[in-house]
Amino acid sequence: MSNMERYKIAVLGDKDSVLGFKALGLDVFPAETVEEARKTLHALAKQDYAVVYLTEQYAAGMQAEVERYKDELTPAVILIPGKEGSLGIGMANVKSAVERAVGADIL
Amino acid sequence: MPAINVNPTRQELTRLKGRLRTSVRGHKLLKDKRDELMKQFMDVVRENRALRQKVERELLRAYASFTVASAVMSPEMLEQSLLYPKQSVELDMSFQNVMSVNVPEYHFKTRSSDAGEIYPYGFATTSGELDDAVNALSGVFQDMLRLAQIEKTSQLLAEEIEKTRRRVNALEYVKIPQMQEAIKYITMKLDENERASTIRLMKVKDMILKQAIEEKREETANAVKTFGGSDEGTGEV
Repeated sequence: MSNMERYKIAVLGDKDSVLGFKALGLDVFPAETVEEARKTLHALAKQDYAVVYLTEQYAAGMQAEVERYKDELTPAVILIPGKEGSLGIGMANVKSAVERAVGADIL
Repeated sequence: MPAINVNPTRQELTRLKGRLRTSVRGHKLLKDKRDELMKQFMDVVRENRALRQKVERELLRAYASFTVASAVMSPEMLEQSLLYPKQSVELDMSFQNVMSVNVPEYHFKTRSSDAGEIYPYGFATTSGELDDAVNALSGVFQDMLRLAQIEKTSQLLAEEIEKTRRRVNALEYVKIPQMQEAIKYITMKLDENERASTIRLMKVKDMILKQAIEEKREETANAVKTFGGSDEGTGEV
């Protein structure tokens, strides 16, 4: 893999949550349903998206997909709270990474 | 009997001893790798937690501003204002090697460096609340990107640590004891064989000696008979 490649950033989630990111110049993919979000995530993974921000509200329904991209270099699927607030899944994932590495939650 | 089936030969013994040496060395190296990875991981994960808390808090604040903006403006207006962004972001990704784990490093570039360019709309028809919301979001974006990098790093490190830990344990508790047992088995077996052949030799020597003594005795007896008989004969005369 050559150094310094051009990549893009995607934001995936319900329309109200992700709309604002458009102003920042990120690629925004509003999804109506979890099923749609799942399909979009797979499609994005095949393209040159290095970072995909996914709202927790959808991530809750597609844990397996999020898990799948954990060990891959790209894309980094990063959970962000949706408009309805944080579900704590993002934090739980940090915790589970610790558990995976150490064998127990020591933090 | 050892758990693995081995030929009790000297060649096999030499081979196993070599493998054991390599395994012990590998085990030590992997253990060092695991410890160092763990050290790095703890630093990363601590930052990850702090950063995530910060990003979540600030994102919620940005969302709240958007809610205010959408209360002031009609949803159609809001969407229209944000539909065509002036700004675009490109991401450069390079890799950093942490104990043979490739972790990404992101550098993002905006198409224009003017901070005012984040507002993709004219100010005449939009409310000031929308400006606040977009501003808040752009403020949190730096941290979001940093979060992406840190979180991916921690995930990749966690995977590598898990793998290394398994290897260390497999070597420590399965492979090395197994080899030691096999080596012990072969050594015992070879010693046993050696003792058996010594005993066999001693036995054979015994048998040969016995036979020789027997023959000697017979010869003497014959001689005694022959000469003794003639002696008797002469004695009579």
